[in-house]
Amino acid sequence: MCLAIPGKILKINGQLAKVDFQGVQKEINISLVDVKIGEHVMVHAGFAIEKMDRDYVNEMEGYLKA
Amino acid sequence: MKELIQKINAIAKEISRPVSLMEVCGTHTQVISRYGIREILPKNVKLITGPGCPVCVTAQRDIDAVVNLATAGIPVATYGDAMRVPGYFGSLDNAREKGAQVFDVYSVEEAMTLKEKYPELVFFGLGFETTAPMTAWGIQNGLTVYCAHKFFLPAMEALLKMGELKVDGFIDPGHVSVVIGKRPYEKLKIPQVITGFSSQDVLEGILMLLGQIKNNDLEVLNQYIGLVKDGGNLKIQKIIDEVFKEADGEWRGFGMIPNSGMQIRKKYAAFDARIKYKKILDGVDFSHSKDPAGCKCGDVVRGLMESKACPLFGKVCTPDNPVGPCMVSVEGGCNVSYRYDRM
Repeated sequence: MCLAIPGKILKINGQLAKVDFQGVQKEINISLVDVKIGEHVMVHAGFAIEKMDRDYVNEMEGYLKA
Repeated sequence: MKELIQKINAIAKEISRPVSLMEVCGTHTQVISRYGIREILPKNVKLITGPGCPVCVTAQRDIDAVVNLATAGIPVATYGDAMRVPGYFGSLDNAREKGAQVFDVYSVEEAMTLKEKYPELVFFGLGFETTAPMTAWGIQNGLTVYCAHKFFLPAMEALLKMGELKVDGFIDPGHVSVVIGKRPYEKLKIPQVITGFSSQDVLEGILMLLGQIKNNDLEVLNQYIGLVKDGGNLKIQKIIDEVFKEADGEWRGFGMIPNSGMQIRKKYAAFDARIKYKKILDGVDFSHSKDPAGCKCGDVVRGLMESKACPLFGKVCTPDNPVGPCMVSVEGGCNVSYRYDRM
């Protein structure tokens, strides 16, 4: 229940954002974080729960591919 | 990675006594088993699985309550793992087979969409600080909820207070920590580390714990710095506080833990299924809402028994035919052990 995945904000429309997960795009609720287009977020159960550092995103994506 | 393991070995040798570290997050449990981390650790360093699987620690009474709501004709939605937990009256899945309107959803957003078609829909909210904010958001937007959400820290406190087993350090739950931050753990006065979810993260976390144990430090170290801030996510803390208040919470394996339950505040009583459907729930006989016969899930979540030691494990109880929630949930100690540790 706590598995979260990182994604990049492509577009924001109110509480919702289009988020890219390494090629797969999904609508995500961003009402629990303060984010801008182009930033990376950790997404859990359909909601972004925190903004991510750029370096950490690279590391995390590598881990998910492994 | 090799260097990391060498460092762990060296420091474990210096400590020389047996050390027990507990992980309290279902996703860590999966990573540890998937990469065989338990097996590569030095002999005197033991990893124990604690109460980190939200579905596993949900009380039988709450399962029985939502199953009864469903069979009484109230549409119920919840996360997939919670569907198959067998209660005294069967599981939500069983209720669906018998014709009840039961839906599994990936997110609260999905439950909101279902609500448009089924206005009476009740969302069964369970889990810790990682799923509670989404439920809180749903309630603020008019979703009716049967709330079984819990604050996690009181369970760690309860475990230490019960003193049934020796824990030398905790691998704190990664995404609960994203929400609550690092500071709340400090009151536990035991070596702790917040780590991420790669095998490297977990090994680094273990090294950081062993370092503390060697030096007799009692700190909360943060290995997950890319994501976990000292103060956590304030926006999430705010929405949890707006919607829920602390109350006693019932946990499988622990019983009642003071101030561990999230109770929907009076302000949102109109969306509290425990109030809205009180009549149905008052008519349910909960006297059988206990762990299934022979199931050791309660001992497993307290770290007292390894899944494989349960007489039902892999014989009577399997992921296809689970007796208890620890075998149902993909984060449950028994389910993880069945998938990775049977060889």
